[in-house]
Amino acid sequence: MRRIISVLLENEPGALSRVVGLFSQRNYNIETLTVAPTEDETLSRLTVTTTGSDKVIEQITKQLNKLIEVVKLVDLTEGAHIERELMLVKLKATGSQRAEIKRTVDIFRGQIVDVTSSVYTVQLAGDSEKLDGFIQAVGTSGVLEVVRSGVSGIARGEKVLSL
Amino acid sequence: MELLSGADMLIRSLQDEGIEYIYGYPGGAALHIYDALFRQDKVKHILVRHEQAAVHMADGYARATGKPGTVLVTSGPGATNTITGIATAFMDSIPMVVLCGQVASTLIGEDAFQETDMMGVSRPVVKHNLSVRHPEEIPEIIRKAYYIAATGRPGPVVVDIPKDMTTPNERYEYAYPKKVKLRSYNPAIRGHAGQIKKAVDMLLAAKRPIIYAGGGVILGKASDQLTELVRMIGYPITNTIMGIGCYPASDKQHLGWLGMHGTYEANMAMHHSDLILCVGARFDDRVTNATEKFCPGARIIHIDIDPASISKTVDADVPIVGPVDAVLKEMLSLVKEAKEKPDADAIASWWKQIDEWRAFHGMRYETSPDVIKPQEVIEMLCRLTNGEAFVTSDVGQHQMFAAQYYKFDKPNRWINSGGLGTMGFGFPAAMGVKLTHPDDEVLCITGEGSIQMNIQELSTCKQYNLPVKIINLNNQALGMVKQWQDMNYESRHAESYMESLPDFIKLAEAYGHKGVRIEKKEDLETKLKEVLAMKDDLVFVDILVDRFEHVYPMQVARGSMKDMWLSKTERV
Repeated sequence: MRRIISVLLENEPGALSRVVGLFSQRNYNIETLTVAPTEDETLSRLTVTTTGSDKVIEQITKQLNKLIEVVKLVDLTEGAHIERELMLVKLKATGSQRAEIKRTVDIFRGQIVDVTSSVYTVQLAGDSEKLDGFIQAVGTSGVLEVVRSGVSGIARGEKVLSL
Repeated sequence: MELLSGADMLIRSLQDEGIEYIYGYPGGAALHIYDALFRQDKVKHILVRHEQAAVHMADGYARATGKPGTVLVTSGPGATNTITGIATAFMDSIPMVVLCGQVASTLIGEDAFQETDMMGVSRPVVKHNLSVRHPEEIPEIIRKAYYIAATGRPGPVVVDIPKDMTTPNERYEYAYPKKVKLRSYNPAIRGHAGQIKKAVDMLLAAKRPIIYAGGGVILGKASDQLTELVRMIGYPITNTIMGIGCYPASDKQHLGWLGMHGTYEANMAMHHSDLILCVGARFDDRVTNATEKFCPGARIIHIDIDPASISKTVDADVPIVGPVDAVLKEMLSLVKEAKEKPDADAIASWWKQIDEWRAFHGMRYETSPDVIKPQEVIEMLCRLTNGEAFVTSDVGQHQMFAAQYYKFDKPNRWINSGGLGTMGFGFPAAMGVKLTHPDDEVLCITGEGSIQMNIQELSTCKQYNLPVKIINLNNQALGMVKQWQDMNYESRHAESYMESLPDFIKLAEAYGHKGVRIEKKEDLETKLKEVLAMKDDLVFVDILVDRFEHVYPMQVARGSMKDMWLSKTERV
C-alpha cells in the first residue's frame, strides 16, 4: 500500500543522505522524495512516498525514527490529509492544438506560464493522480518534457507536525 | 579559561571522558592528534599492526568491561581498514568511538592524497557519525559521540576530523560539557507499566513457558535481575549465542543456547512452548530458522530497548520498549506481589518433558581413542580454568564448539562476533581484554583459517606484553565451510582446504613468543596444563584435531526450530 511519510529532520549536512541510505540499505522503496527547510531554519521537512506491507511500513517508520537526525515523523496516510505535487510540462503547441491544450489546462485548473510560437509550458498542482490524468488527457505524443516535484503533504484539521 | 589547539582539545576531551586506552595507528592526517597524545600520559595509546585489529581490540575491551572502546586512525586507508571492525561492533551493538583523521577541509572533495569519504563509507554500519567543522566544536562532539555510543541500543560512532581542525598554533577556549542534549535522541528509560503488567499476567498463566534471553541482557547489565526473576519463577531459560553468560550455564534451569547449533532441548522447548519471554534478543535468522514455522503455539512477549527490533522478523504479542534492567526489575516486583502463582502441575509436567528431551540427547559427541576431538579440547580447557576464563573466538566450527562446551556462569566472558561473523576478530579482541584484565586467563579459541586474518598482531602482543593463549583448533581446513560442502554439495570441497599452512610454532617464536604443538591425545591434558602455567608468555597452542568433525546439533535449513541433525546420520 502507498504511504506518505512526513519527517522533520535536523537541517544539517549529511542528514538527507542518511534517510536515503536507509531506504536503499534495507531494501525499501522510494517513489517520490521532497525536502526543503522549514520556517525554523534548524529543521528540514522531508516527505517520502513509499509502498510496502504494513509490516514493512512499520519497520520504515521505526528505522527512520532511529536516525539521530530525525526529530519527528508522521505517516500522513494514517489519517485525513492533503497531498500536492507540482508539475511543469512543456507541450508541443501549434495550430489548432493551441486552443485544445488551453482548454485542457483550464479544465485541470493549470496555468500556462511560458509561451513560444510552438511550445506551451504548463504549471499544474494537485495530487499525483490528477497530474497523471493531465498527461493522459493531452496525450504523450505532444509532451516534450515533464518535471514533477514529488509529493508534499499535510494533515487535515487541527493536527500539526511540529516540535 | 584554558586555550588549547583542536588536537589538544581532542585529547583533553578523552581524558575528561575518562578514557584510559585508545587503540590505533598514526598517519598524515592524524599527526597533530598523535603529537598531542605524545605530550601527555593519561590516555595510553596501543599501536596495532593493522587498523582492523585496533577496532576489534576496542571491541573486546568494550565487551569485557561494558564501557565504550576508543580507536584512533588516519584518513583514507587508515579509516577504510576500520570498516570491518566497525560493522562487527554495529551488528552486535557494541559501544565504541572511532576517531578518524581526514584531509584538511579545504581539500575535501578534491581527491586529495589519502582522502576517503569516511562519513559516507561508514554510514550504513554506524549508529551515528559526526564530522568536525570547527575546532571549537571538538569537546561537544566528543561528548556527544560517547553519549550516543553508550546509551540506548549501543553502537559504534565515527568522528571524522579534518586535519585543519587540529592545527597546533590555533587555540580556542576549552570546556568539556557535562551533559549533552539531543532533541531527536531520547532512549526509553523505563517500559510501559500497562504492558509490563500484561506480560506478568501472561507469564504467570503460562503452561509451557520459556525465557529466551539475548546479548541485550549483557549490554544492559541485567544479568542479576534476569537470574533472580528466572529462579524465582522456576521456568526454563535459553539464551542466544550473544547472551551466553547472562544466566549461569551450570544451573539446572538453563537449557543451553538455542538456534542453528543450539542444544536439542532448547530448540525443542522453544518449539513446543506456549509463551516466550524474549529479553534483549532479536529473533535473528540463525535463531528462528524459517520464521513461518517458528514456534507455532507460542505467544510472545518481547522486551527490547530498540523498538525497531520488535516485530521485525517475528511478531510480538506484547511489545515492551525499555531498558531490560528496569523492565525486569518491575516484572520482579509484580511477580512477588502477584496473588496468582504459576500453575505448579503444568510447570512440573513441562519440566518432565524438558528433562526427557535432555536425556534423549543433551550435548554429546563421539570420542576416539587416538584422534583429538575439538569438543574435548574445549571441555578440558573449561575444566582447567574452572570455567572462569575470558574466552574470545573467531568464526567457524571452533566458535560453535567453544560456545557449546565451555560453560560460562558469568556475563562478559564469552566474546565473539555473533552478528557479522568476522573471521580475524578473536585474537585482537583477546588482546583488548588482556590489557585491562592482566590477572585473568584470556583464551583465544580459533582455527588455522581465522587466526591468519589478523596474525600480524603477534607483534603488538610482544610490544605491550599481552600473554594471551591462542588455542588453534587446527583441522587443516575451513571447517564450517567444509561441513556445509559435506552436507549440501556432495563433499565438493571448493577452496575450503588450506594446502600450505605455516609452522605456527616457528611463527610464534619469530615474533618472540612461545609455541606448543599438541598432536597426540595422551599429551592433551599435560600440555594444556603446562601452557596455562606459563602465565607471562603468549603461547600459541597448535592442536591437531579431527579433520572430519562436524558441529551438531544443526538445524535443518528452512525447517522449524525442532528440525535438527543430531549427528551425521541422525535427523529429528
